[in-house]
Amino acid sequence: MNRREFAKLMGVSAVALSGIPLGITRAAGQTKGGTLNTIIQPEPPILVTALNQQQPTLTLGGKIYESLLRYSTDLKPMPGIAQSWEVSPDGLTYTFKLFPGITFHDGKPLTSEDVAFSMTKMLPETHARARAIYSRIDKAETPDPLTVIFKMKAPFAPFLTALDCTTGPIVPKHIYDGSDYRKNPANAQAIGSGPFKLKEWVKGSHVHLVRHEGYYRKDEPYLDEVIYRIIPDAASRSLALEQGKIQLTQWNDIEFYDVARLSKLPNYEMTTKGYEYFAPHQWLELNNRVKPMDDKRFRQAIAHALDLKSMAQRVYFGMPKIATGPVSSKTRFYEKDVKRYDYSIEKAKALLDEMGLKPGPDGKRVTLKYLIPPYGEVYQRAGEFIRQTLGRVGIDIQLENTDVGGWAEKFSNWDYEMTGNLVYQYGDPALGVSRTYISSNIKKGILFSNTAGYSNPEVDRLFDEAASATDDAKRQELYSKVQKILVEDVPVVWMFEAAYPTFIDKRLKNVTSTGVGVHESFSSVSFG
Amino acid sequence: MSTLKSFLRHPTGMIGLIVLLTVVILAVTAPWLFPDDPWDMVGAPFQPPLSEGLWLGSDMLGRDVAAGIAHGARISLIIGVISTLTSLVIGVTIGAIAGYFGGKVDEVMMRITELFQTIPGFILAILLVATIGPKISNIIFAIGIVSWPPLARLTRAEFMRLRGREFVQAAVCQGQHPLTVVLRRILPNAISPIIVTGSLAVASAILIESALSFMGLGDPNLMSWGFMIGAARTVIRQAWWMSVFPGLAILLTVLAINLVGEGLNDTLNPRISRKR
Repeated sequence: MNRREFAKLMGVSAVALSGIPLGITRAAGQTKGGTLNTIIQPEPPILVTALNQQQPTLTLGGKIYESLLRYSTDLKPMPGIAQSWEVSPDGLTYTFKLFPGITFHDGKPLTSEDVAFSMTKMLPETHARARAIYSRIDKAETPDPLTVIFKMKAPFAPFLTALDCTTGPIVPKHIYDGSDYRKNPANAQAIGSGPFKLKEWVKGSHVHLVRHEGYYRKDEPYLDEVIYRIIPDAASRSLALEQGKIQLTQWNDIEFYDVARLSKLPNYEMTTKGYEYFAPHQWLELNNRVKPMDDKRFRQAIAHALDLKSMAQRVYFGMPKIATGPVSSKTRFYEKDVKRYDYSIEKAKALLDEMGLKPGPDGKRVTLKYLIPPYGEVYQRAGEFIRQTLGRVGIDIQLENTDVGGWAEKFSNWDYEMTGNLVYQYGDPALGVSRTYISSNIKKGILFSNTAGYSNPEVDRLFDEAASATDDAKRQELYSKVQKILVEDVPVVWMFEAAYPTFIDKRLKNVTSTGVGVHESFSSVSFG
Repeated sequence: MSTLKSFLRHPTGMIGLIVLLTVVILAVTAPWLFPDDPWDMVGAPFQPPLSEGLWLGSDMLGRDVAAGIAHGARISLIIGVISTLTSLVIGVTIGAIAGYFGGKVDEVMMRITELFQTIPGFILAILLVATIGPKISNIIFAIGIVSWPPLARLTRAEFMRLRGREFVQAAVCQGQHPLTVVLRRILPNAISPIIVTGSLAVASAILIESALSFMGLGDPNLMSWGFMIGAARTVIRQAWWMSVFPGLAILLTVLAINLVGEGLNDTLNPRISRKR
């Protein structure tokens, strides 16, 4: 039996294991060495995060491309490739000082020119979310190779929260300037300045990253290699974890129903930290245009009728935290002192009676359709749960199944009554929250806009003011106010702050040390 | 009467009939046996069989598996019977026209039938349901559409066999309307093999519906056995009972229908029947 046969015999998937050494080569203290094996699924189409922002691309590309700043788990800015930064008192000028000696994987130095090019030329063209933020930059100045100055068109406080590696990856100007970005042959090589560079990508099998020797941070990265294995089947991923073939899982790698069982494995630590920057927020979307959902009391009744505690246990296996309002408690400017909708069938019924929505002879007050988001079984179970629990107060829900395209089409064109929605918050209400509620974002055909059609001039004004205010205390005050109004109005029924299980080999250090967690560069991750 | 007596003496047919009747009784009495909605979360999640008040355990949301099976029996039987009737209407009509008129009409009818026969039935059913939407009426329609060709071919063969018989020719000579000839003279004599095949089609319709539900193409508002197994698939390592009991229900029902069908075949076929 040769080594390959042995690997086949031992492994989950012979393809995923062919010819690559497993496990650690050397490890002692926080010293160099070791191979981190983990999972990527589904397989990303490309590794250049400036060109594609799907989760697998961002997870993998985070090791290859770095950005100006990193963020702590409470979303405070920390040095990225910028060692220090300054904001002018009027909130219009941002000055960043870069670390000296940063090089790209092709050996060329990274300078302020690359930063200016990435953020004002390439990203606004290729990255929709970056465009919305960086298009507010009036001009970028580069007085010397290590200094970059951004002059804003108007004050926009969240700018300092939008410089993470998923929003603002720095690409080499000498490769991309003047070329067709998407067709650039260098895309296959994915040249960034991150701690790991691409060695080999075997389609359908694995992506092999190795240490970037010219990395600017002393002693970092600690790991020799990171290998992302492509394992499309959920059962095989769980098995790979059980057998110790991988040392890390992220996002949906492990299904919720397997979490409790796998959490008992002695070699792994299970954490839901490291998703603070995204803070995925989950809610029941109600089309405010459809009667009787245009009535605030009806929406409040639904908020009372949903037994979220039991839903978190039964549908999500106890993973998520119950949301109290539009802003996630994991992000900045969260206001906890808002109206609470406790689970109460009586209160819900009372509100419905008050509206004059009396139950008919069959006990039903109204029949509404719920479009099940087509993202897997958990959403199906959630739909079933919502139907049963709302049925108790006489709101009859008819479930509707659809495919991914159909869901996006119906939902974005307002051709729905109720559906489930899950939206990232991106660290600042101006980046991830206001879009769902401001009336200027009622845009037909666009997902994750104000699809419910909620409109309140006061809310518009508060969100607007808060986005341009530069003082954090002032912003907190405005956001607290808007959260109280929204929770009273319940434009959508917030359900959960979604949690994802990250299984980490107990020997690994510093995996979820920042607010972007597994998307981080892993330069400080080490075995032991 | 003699057919009935003969069937009563058919051992496997009787076993099938008893099992099938049990399922029918379960389906009919489900609202009394399990008055709660089968979707209701009545207990703690993942309770094993023989837990307090839950004979067959509960699923991940705490729904009663036994209630699901009883109410699912209604859906499975309704879909099985109605979709088979649909395919009988289509199949017998096409088969009768082709067999009775022959010639060009037969050519055209049979080419159409072959067209349907060459497309794998289940794939076509998936395609139809995915296109027109997973609702119970659409599912019945889709199953009906994919299961008529064998019935059409069988009916055609029977009609061709009987078309040349003296009693049919006599009726034609008397100037009876072709419809009368078909319905009153030929069909009664061709009915036994059609009944047998039809009864087996019920079993395959139940299987198709279960497979569709398993794939998530069932009506999401109706509890069915296939849906239960589909939902249980992912948690099979935690809760075997969630998939085993609905699986047994499908197995027993389909087996029973097949046994009854075979029994009918033996009793309705005079050659086999007389040997007994």
